[in-house]
Amino acid sequence: MELFANQVLAGIATGAIYACMALAVVMIYQAIDHLNFAQGEMAMFSTFVSWQLMQWGVPYWGAFVLTVAFSFAAGIVIERLLFKPLAKAPILTNVAGFIALYAIINSVAGLIWDFTIKQYPTPFGSSPFLGSQLISTHQAGMIGITLLMLLLLFFFFRFTRVGLAMRAAASLPESARLVGINTSWMIALGWGMASAIGSIAGMMIAPVVFLEPNMMLGVLIYGFAAAVLGGLTSPFGAVMGGFLVGIFENLVGTYIPGVGNELKLPIALALIIVVLVVKPAGLFGRAIVKRV
Amino acid sequence: MSAAEEIVTEAPAVEAVPKRAMTLGYGTSLAVLAALIIIPLFVKNFIIFQMTMLLIYALAVMALNILTGGSGQFSLGQSAFYAVGAYTSAILMEHAGMNYALTLPIAGIICFGFGFLFGQPALRLSGVYLALATFALATAMPQLLKLGYFEHWTGGVQGLVVTKPDAPFGLPLSQDMWLYYFTLAVSIAIYLASVNLLRSRSGRAFMAIRDNEIAASAMGVDVALYKTLAFGVSAGITGVAGGLGAIAVQFVAPDGYTIQLAISLFLGMVVGGVGWLPGSIVGSAFIIFVPNIAEGISKGLSGAVFGVLLFLVIFLVPHGARQVAIVAQQLAAKLKKN
Repeated sequence: MELFANQVLAGIATGAIYACMALAVVMIYQAIDHLNFAQGEMAMFSTFVSWQLMQWGVPYWGAFVLTVAFSFAAGIVIERLLFKPLAKAPILTNVAGFIALYAIINSVAGLIWDFTIKQYPTPFGSSPFLGSQLISTHQAGMIGITLLMLLLLFFFFRFTRVGLAMRAAASLPESARLVGINTSWMIALGWGMASAIGSIAGMMIAPVVFLEPNMMLGVLIYGFAAAVLGGLTSPFGAVMGGFLVGIFENLVGTYIPGVGNELKLPIALALIIVVLVVKPAGLFGRAIVKRV
Repeated sequence: MSAAEEIVTEAPAVEAVPKRAMTLGYGTSLAVLAALIIIPLFVKNFIIFQMTMLLIYALAVMALNILTGGSGQFSLGQSAFYAVGAYTSAILMEHAGMNYALTLPIAGIICFGFGFLFGQPALRLSGVYLALATFALATAMPQLLKLGYFEHWTGGVQGLVVTKPDAPFGLPLSQDMWLYYFTLAVSIAIYLASVNLLRSRSGRAFMAIRDNEIAASAMGVDVALYKTLAFGVSAGITGVAGGLGAIAVQFVAPDGYTIQLAISLFLGMVVGGVGWLPGSIVGSAFIIFVPNIAEGISKGLSGAVFGVLLFLVIFLVPHGARQVAIVAQQLAAKLKKN
């Protein structure tokens, strides 16, 4: 029983990584109805920017704030320059655009900061949390930040004018335009926010997986999985999905013999497919009703 | 996030391509065919090998095109079917000593079954969810091939070496050239079969499902059957391509069939034009040659150059090579009038 509890705890710690990323995935899905395959690379690039700022002597929280601001602006710029012209193109063309963006960011980051693995600092320290060996203060801090972001997002969408306008633009673009909402800019705003959330996720994840241009590849896959599992329509579901995927991954690795690190990912993904087949909207999502 | 979201006007995931627009005219087809037959006679062996790979990837891209352009279902998992086809051929040739040409139909049939079965759970998924499920399949496949349980057959991480066939009947052709013409013959047969399939009753059923699933079922199309069938056909063709690929490369290993391959095939389809079968060869050329060109322009930034080229293509021709072909056709018609 103790082993089980420990594994669940360790799963929550890993799950926090996925939860962070899943939140960014859901954010962009809300705004543009696509999964952005370049999301992880954007987060990675932001993390490198913050690392560079710290190398130049900016203190951690200063670099943190600057990076979030930079990522927000960069997200908007990317949308305006590259994806606004593709708004009317077929969905598949957009997906090809995401893949192109992925290749560009990955390669540029590799050129500027090269592919060696770098240490990344944590503001929370890495001593054991509340005397538990399985979860460090950094991981606890990461969970805290994720939940805080979730709360802020909830308030933003629930109680601000812009949040309301964004929801309107996402669910009924035509009606939203009729009441005077600039839906095109709402999409840009969605990109900016997703990029900013992604940068926070990157800065939280980097101390755990270390900083290098390919650090986000695995994380993004789990982030997608978590978001889909929890329901792409629900930020809360995405965070829960992240924790669940982390816990499941750890339990499978512990209790099913013959499952090494190699098979963890396929099994986690298989579970998700099973969930989707049984409950396509995800655990916490709403089924979208279509009028025909 | 709102309580009563409702999608009233949703653009279809894949544009409707009329079936007449899916193929080339008679004259153009013959010209392309003639070029494919004649060029290898004048080039070096390495280029012949590249042209063989061009045809093989074109087959795989076309298979995806039938699935996506025909029946409107996404797949990022084509590399899994490709891998199954490649391994089937390799195992039959190396362990059972079977003739290479006979392994291809078997690879096709096994992949058809595999795709058909995978299509069953995929029926309940659409759009991004289907993309994720197929994506999961593609990521899982290399890991499954590495499993110690199958190692006796698959050769584990090391993979299998495949012997390259000689030209039969004492024909005076080099191995590469024989394999090229063999691949060409197989590709043409499959291309013709695919064109006919899309023109048939089944093809119309695929397209009806793509354009409007509910209307299709109201017209009496068995949606579940035809969707899984599309998956099966697509997987089967990809499997044959995989088998050919294994013979051409003379080697199969789990790391040759990663998600990277699936993404490449997907890009090939987009660049070639979704739903336009002849575009597959253009798409295949793009995924084989453009990374090399990018590397030639800048070594350190090859990824970035590739991305920029891809952006250029989708900005200038968002509908892929099909758009170029249509424009060219209109120009030709104008010239004729004058």
